[in-house]
Amino acid sequence: MIRVVVSPDPIDVAAELAAVEAGGIGAVASFTGLVRADADTGGGGVETLELEHYPGATEAALTRLVQEATARWSLAAATVVHRVGPMRAGERIVLVVAAAAHRTAALDACHYLIDRLKTDAPFWKRETRGGESRWVEARAGDDAAAARWR
Amino acid sequence: MRLLYFAWVREAVGVAEEQVSPPATVDTVAALVAWLADRSPGHAAAFADPTRLRAAVDQAFVPLAAPIADAREVAIFPPVTGG
Repeated sequence: MIRVVVSPDPIDVAAELAAVEAGGIGAVASFTGLVRADADTGGGGVETLELEHYPGATEAALTRLVQEATARWSLAAATVVHRVGPMRAGERIVLVVAAAAHRTAALDACHYLIDRLKTDAPFWKRETRGGESRWVEARAGDDAAAARWR
Repeated sequence: MRLLYFAWVREAVGVAEEQVSPPATVDTVAALVAWLADRSPGHAAAFADPTRLRAAVDQAFVPLAAPIADAREVAIFPPVTGG
């Protein structure tokens, strides 16, 4: 079961996990990304974060990643939910869930999905702090993390 | 050809999308970026440094050296920052 959602709605982690667990599988791993109150550059905390994306291409890129992970780790189920639009510090941006027969496949697939999502899906973050907003710069470390899985 | 812009590229150009008909000599994304830079001061600002740009042709990520022959939709944007 593959589920990809790109939506402005808050992410319901419990509901997403319950849907995967209902498949009766042995191992479910998940990763939740939150809006960091004090993001990468230090200084004043982040007040709001706005996520822009490329409609159509975003869903296609996420679906491709989930299909790759499902094939590589023989997943029983995989879910990626990514929020777009405006959000506040502490709110969930992204949820990745991977379900497999055993923990190693579930954990590795979950790690793979969040690492690849960071570099291979067309999302852009704009953060506001102290009333000033700016586009977040991409990090070289994200490219390195994604490249590990190739 | 339909062009789409995202994030600060969109803001610099001033529109989210536009239709263009580049000459046949404009045959790669990099050539398209150079050609677009002449369209307005906003385009010039957005496309001044191609190393800061990424692209997708018909919704697939490509390097700037990729061909654009027969492309229906080309998107130009900064490196992605999701997750």
